[in-house]
Amino acid sequence: MNKQGNTYTILYASVMVIIVAALLAVVSVSLKPMQQANIEIDKKKQILSSVNLEPTTQNAVELYSKHIIDSYVVDANAAKVENADAFTVDVASEVKKAQNERLLPVFVAQLDNGDKKYILPLYGAGLWGPIWGYIAVDADGNTIYGSYFAHQGETPGLGAEIENPTFQSQFVGKHLFVDGEMKPVAVMKVGQKPLNGAEYVDAVSGGTITSKGVQDMIENSLLPYNAFLNSIEK
Amino acid sequence: MKNKEILLGPLSKNNPVIVQVLGICSALAVTSKLEPSIVMALSVTVVVALANVVISLLRNTIPNSIRIIVQLVVVAALVIVVDQVLKAFAYDVSKQLSVFVGLIITNCIVMGRLEAFALSHRPWESFLDGIGNGIGYGLILIIVGFFRELLGSGTLLGFQVIPEICYEWGYQNNGLMILPPMALIVVACIIWIHRIYNKDLQEK
Repeated sequence: MNKQGNTYTILYASVMVIIVAALLAVVSVSLKPMQQANIEIDKKKQILSSVNLEPTTQNAVELYSKHIIDSYVVDANAAKVENADAFTVDVASEVKKAQNERLLPVFVAQLDNGDKKYILPLYGAGLWGPIWGYIAVDADGNTIYGSYFAHQGETPGLGAEIENPTFQSQFVGKHLFVDGEMKPVAVMKVGQKPLNGAEYVDAVSGGTITSKGVQDMIENSLLPYNAFLNSIEK
Repeated sequence: MKNKEILLGPLSKNNPVIVQVLGICSALAVTSKLEPSIVMALSVTVVVALANVVISLLRNTIPNSIRIIVQLVVVAALVIVVDQVLKAFAYDVSKQLSVFVGLIITNCIVMGRLEAFALSHRPWESFLDGIGNGIGYGLILIIVGFFRELLGSGTLLGFQVIPEICYEWGYQNNGLMILPPMALIVVACIIWIHRIYNKDLQEK
């Protein structure tokens, strides 16, 4: 058969595409359960990181069942939503809805010393792709106990520094409410202050857009929790 | 060409980055820290070597008019499989690599070696060529990553190496080092030094 002819070329291309498609389908389907399990373990790790526990891939599941004593979903009026699992709520799609229509997952952690912390998920956009994280709030519903941020593809050395513990630890001890009004922590360039009087942390130098993304993410993701945070305060 | 020459040539005289000038884009993107540089170097080495072998095995059957597409499909399939396997068995590594894995497809070294070498050589030689070029590429990446992280952040692999006392005496990290332009300048310096020692490579 003429190897440069049209028939051969078309046959070759078709056979190749079918083989490759089949191969990829097999790989994808057969690895799916393991990937799913990894994603769950990773999510548990992230949640635990926000309360400053240091989970590893090996002990994440165990730590999670020990420390996360409760999890539920609330709405913007702080009423519990029935039949919703906080762990499986897709925060990425919730943050796009109007604030009063969102499902708001809450994870309740109990530390070794008995302190209760409320962990709230965040989701937003950085410079190159999505960023997300968790903020742990003290039982007073105001003081930040810990934070965790992650990103998909921010620039290493610049925007990617948001996952650096030095950046994350800045949030510890900041307050979400100023004079009784909710003003989520801002991320400001060194030397600047937010106009609304909110508490603030220093941005990553060279990572302006990512830092802005973190601020918008915190604001957009946490504001709907206003009612909930007020309800635990009392 | 002898096998040894195929394997070791790309390390210096035929280096993909500083002599063939391939793969510059990824050398800019991932080298602001040492760690991603190393990981990228490893991944590209694996993908070039495997893609070279596959294309070399198929080389007598590929119709000339669609050979680039065939190469692209092989590379893309390999990268997706590698990505999926990492996600299933080494999730932490896969998270760290994030978008870089996908970027391997666009690395000109992969296509360049397939087109220039694997299409006309046997599988074993092609495999060596892939490994050699991967290492040659990785070498430059690691050198660039080393200097950019050291001078730009004062750290190596995330550990502080420039002592605190230097900062107290007024030393400052060079913020320009972590921005892409400095990668070009560092690569240019490497080329400069390399050409001083390899007079036969100097353009007239």
